[in-house]
Amino acid sequence: MNAINYSQLLQLVWPEIIVVAVALILMATDLLVLRKAALRLRFAVAILLGSLGCTIAIARITLAPVQANLLDGTIIASPLTNLVQIALLVLTVFTLFLSANSTFTEHVGEFVLLILVATAGMMFLVASQDLLVIFISLELLSLSLYILAAFSKRSVQSWEAALKYFLFGGMSAAFLLFGFSLLYGLANSTSLVHIAAAFHGPSLNPLLVIAIVTSTIGLGFKVAAAPFHFWAPDVYQGAPAPSAAFIASGSKVASFFVFFQLAAIGLAGAEGTATLPNVVRGWVLVVALVATVSMLLGNLVAIRQSGLRRLIAYSAVAHAGYMLLAIVTHTEQSLAALLYYVITYALGTIGTFAVIDVVEQQRGSDQFSSFDGLSRQAPVLSFGLAIFILSLAGIPPLAGFFAKFYLFVSVLQGSKSLVWLVVLAIAMSAVSLYYYLRVLKRVYVTPPSADLPALRSPLLSQVLVLVLAATTILFGCAPHLLLQWIQAAIQASGL
Amino acid sequence: MLAWTIYISFFGAAAMLLLPKGNAAVARVLALLTAVVGFAIALTAFLHHRTGEMLTITRVPWIPTLGIEYHLAADGISLTLTLLTGIVAITGILFSWNIQERTKEFFAFYLLLIGAVYGVFLSYDLFLLFVFYEIVIIPKYFLIAIWGSTRREYGAMKLALYSFIGSAMVLVGLIAAYVAAGSHSMSLGELAGYSFSPHFQMLAFPLVFVGFAILAGLWPFHTWAPTGHVAAPTAASMLLAGVVMKLGAYGCLRVAMTLFPLGLAPWGHHILGLGSWRDVFALLAVIGIIYGALVALVQKDFKFVIGYSSVSHMGFILLGLMTLNQIGLSGAVVQMFSHGILAGLLFAVVGRMVYARTHTRELAVLGPMNLNKVIPFAAVTFVLAGMASMGLPGFSGFVAELMIVIGAWHAFPALAICVGFGILIGVVYVWRAMQKAFFAEGRGEPIPPDHPLPPITLSERLGAIILIATSVLIGIYPQLLLNIIVPALNSPMFEGLRKGSWQ
Repeated sequence: MNAINYSQLLQLVWPEIIVVAVALILMATDLLVLRKAALRLRFAVAILLGSLGCTIAIARITLAPVQANLLDGTIIASPLTNLVQIALLVLTVFTLFLSANSTFTEHVGEFVLLILVATAGMMFLVASQDLLVIFISLELLSLSLYILAAFSKRSVQSWEAALKYFLFGGMSAAFLLFGFSLLYGLANSTSLVHIAAAFHGPSLNPLLVIAIVTSTIGLGFKVAAAPFHFWAPDVYQGAPAPSAAFIASGSKVASFFVFFQLAAIGLAGAEGTATLPNVVRGWVLVVALVATVSMLLGNLVAIRQSGLRRLIAYSAVAHAGYMLLAIVTHTEQSLAALLYYVITYALGTIGTFAVIDVVEQQRGSDQFSSFDGLSRQAPVLSFGLAIFILSLAGIPPLAGFFAKFYLFVSVLQGSKSLVWLVVLAIAMSAVSLYYYLRVLKRVYVTPPSADLPALRSPLLSQVLVLVLAATTILFGCAPHLLLQWIQAAIQASGL
Repeated sequence: MLAWTIYISFFGAAAMLLLPKGNAAVARVLALLTAVVGFAIALTAFLHHRTGEMLTITRVPWIPTLGIEYHLAADGISLTLTLLTGIVAITGILFSWNIQERTKEFFAFYLLLIGAVYGVFLSYDLFLLFVFYEIVIIPKYFLIAIWGSTRREYGAMKLALYSFIGSAMVLVGLIAAYVAAGSHSMSLGELAGYSFSPHFQMLAFPLVFVGFAILAGLWPFHTWAPTGHVAAPTAASMLLAGVVMKLGAYGCLRVAMTLFPLGLAPWGHHILGLGSWRDVFALLAVIGIIYGALVALVQKDFKFVIGYSSVSHMGFILLGLMTLNQIGLSGAVVQMFSHGILAGLLFAVVGRMVYARTHTRELAVLGPMNLNKVIPFAAVTFVLAGMASMGLPGFSGFVAELMIVIGAWHAFPALAICVGFGILIGVVYVWRAMQKAFFAEGRGEPIPPDHPLPPITLSERLGAIILIATSVLIGIYPQLLLNIIVPALNSPMFEGLRKGSWQ
C-alpha cells in the first residue's frame, strides 16, 4: 500500500469541497445576516447561493476533469463518475428551486445546508469503490435525508415519516454493514476490485451468500425495492415536498449507481444466473427476485392508491424493479440504460413533486380530488404533470419510453434467457397505464369542484415545471443527446 | 413532402393550444384548414406516385448507436391509407362543427391523433412506427373521456388499456426481433430481410399479430370496440372505426406478417383441425364476421349496431390477410379503405345527424319520430351507407368483400361459405336498423312541436357527400386503388410472405 498523496486527494475532491464550503457559507449568511428578513427572501438567497455552489462544482468537474484512482479505488475520478456527479448536482439545483415557495420551516439555512451536505455524500458515494468509503458516504447521505424528511416540524405526518425512515434505515444500514464486514472477512480487503479477485469458482461460500443477501437488503432499502420499501409510501407522503423530491430523485441516482458498482465489480465472481429453468446461485438470482417482487407489488398496490404522493411512491417501487433488471444484466450497455433511465426518471419525479407542492399548499391535500379540473385553472402545471406522468407510464415520445425501450433492449442483449423478466416488466408497465391515466383523468376530464379554492400558479413553479417538461420531451425525442454522453463516459472508464 | 402531413397536423394541434380563449369559430376553421392541407398533400402524393413501389420520404439518423433512424417511406398501401386518413380527418371535423365545450382542446387532441396516424402509415423504421402507434392512445382516451356520451370514462379506459396491452405485446416482439437480428437496425426492410429461426417466428408471429389485431377488433379481443365507439363523440368514433382500427390491420400486414412470414407456416400437426396460426386467425376472423353481425342484429341502441358491424367488417380484413393470395390481400387493403369511409359515414349519421338532435339512440324510441320525414337527408344518407355496407355493387364495399371472398375461396373453401352467411346477416341487420330508426311509420305519436329538430347543416351535408362520393368512386373504378396496391404487394418486402404461401 502506498502512502496517500494529499495534494492529489485535494485535486480529486475539489467539487465536494466546494459544495460543503458553500453550504457553510450560506448557513452563516442566513443565520448572521438574514435572520430577521422575510422567509421568501431567505429562501431566495439560500437557493441562489446553493445553486451557485453547485454550478461552480459542475464547472470544476467539466473544466478540469481529472482521471485518477487513489488507493485501490478509495476515491476514483473517471468520466463516468464525473457524469454521475454532474447529474446529481443538476438534480440538486432543481430540488433547491423547488423549495423556493416553501413555508414549512423557518430554518432556511439548515435546510439548504442539509441538502448540500447530502449532495456531497452522494458525490463521495459514486466516486468510490471501497466498502468503507461507500458505507460512510451512504450514512452521510442517509442521516441528512432523515433530518430532511422530518423538517416540517409542525406536521405530525412528517415526524412519523422521518421516524419510520430512520428506524428502517438504521436497520438496513446494520444489514449492509454486516454484509460488508463478511465481504471484508472473506476477501481481506475493502476494495471492490480485490474483493472480486477473492471469489471465483462455481461453488459459493455460505458466508458469501449471507453477505450477498444482507448487502442486497441494505441497498434494496436505499433504492426502495420491494420488500424493503416500507418506508417509501410514508416518507413520500409525509416529508415536505422538496425533501421528498430529493429522496426520490438524487438519492435514487446515487444509490442505483453504487448498487450497480458493488454488484458488477465487487461481486463479479459470484454472479450466478437467473435464467429459467437452470438457475445458478449467485447475486443475480437475488436481485432478479427482488426486481420481480418490486415490479409486481409496486404496480399492483399503486392501483389502490387515492393520493398522488403515495401513488408516486408505489410507482417508484415498480420503477426500481425495472431498473434492477439493468443490475441483473450488468453489462456496459445496461449500465448506460440504467443511468439514462434513472436520470430521466429523477427529472420527471422532481417535476411531479413541484406540481404536488403547489396544489398541496393551496388545497391542503394531495388526494386525487384536489386535482379535479386542474387543467382549467393551471394549464401550465397540468401540462407538465401530464408530461411527467405519461413519461412514467412509458408513452412515447417522452424520455420514459426510450428509457424503458433501451433498458429492455440492453437486458435482452445481455442475456436472451432473461426474456421472462422483460416480458413481465412490459406486461406490468401496461398495467401501470391504468393508474397513471386515473390521475390525468382527474386533471383533464373531471370538472373543477365548486368547493375547491381557485388555484394560483406561482411563476417560479411554472418555469420549473416547464423546464423539466421540456427536458423530458427533449430527451424523449432526441435520446441521443444524453445517451452519447453516457456511452462515451462508460467507454472511457470501463466498468 | 408527404412527411408534412404529420408535421402540419402536429403544428395545427400546437396552434390550437396557443389560440386565445373563446375562439371556437377560429379553432374550427383552423382545424379544417389543417386537415384540408394534410389531405391535399396526401392526394398529391397519391396522384403522383402511380407505381406503388416503396419510396423514401425522409431518412436521417436518429439514435445512431442503436441504429435507429427517422425514416419515413410510402408505398401503395401507405398511400391508400394516408389518403383515407385525410378524407376521414376532414369529414370528422365537418361533423364536429357543433362541439361547443372546450373546442380548442378538442381539436388539439383531434389533430394530434391525426398526425400520429399519418405517422404510423408513413413510418419505415419500426421504432418510429411504434412511437407513433403509441402516441395515438392518449388523445383517443381524452377525446372519449371528455367529450363522449354513454359510460364514457369506462369506455375510454377500456379502449386505452386494450390498446396499451396490444402495443406491449408488439413491443416485446419488436425488441426480441431487434436483438435477435443483431441490434443493428430497426428498419423494416433490414429486419424483414433477416432470416429469423422458424422457431422464433412461430413464437413472435402470434404475439405481434395479436398485439396489432387487438386494435383491429379481432374476436375475442374486440370488446373494447363497441363500447369505445358508442362512448366516443361522433368525430372520435369516425376516427376510431375509420382509421385507428386500420392501424391495427396495417400493423398486422406490415409488421407481423412481413417480419415473421414463417410464423404462418404449418405446425406439422393438427389441434382441433387447425394446422397453423394462419388457420387459427382465419377462423377467428370468420367468427368475428358472423358474431359481429349476429350481435348487431339484436342491438337496441342504434350506435351499438354500427359498433358491432365494425367488428364484423374488420373480420373481413383479417380474413383477407390470412388468405395470403394476391386477390385476398389486395381485397383486405381495399376493405381497409372502404370500411374507413363507410364506418365514418354510418357513425356520422347515427352520432351527429340523429343522436345530436334527438338525444336518444334507442331504436324503439327513434322509430315513432318519423325521422324519414323530419330529417330526410339523414335517412337518405343512411340508406346509401347501409347499401354500401351490405356490399351492394356500385359501392366500394362490394369490390372489397368480393375480392376477399374469392381469396378465401381459394384458401379456405369451408370458411368462405360461412362468410357468405355472414354477408347475408349483414344485409339483415342493416335493413332492420334502417327500418326501425327511419321507416317505422304509423306507430306512436309524432314529435311534440315545441322540440322541432334543427335542420341538417351545410357542414353535415358536405361531409356526407364527400364520403358517399368516395365510396361510389372506388366502387365504380377500383383500379384507382388497385393500381398502386398490387405493385406494393408484389414488392420484395412481401417476398417472404409470398414464398411462404404454400399454395
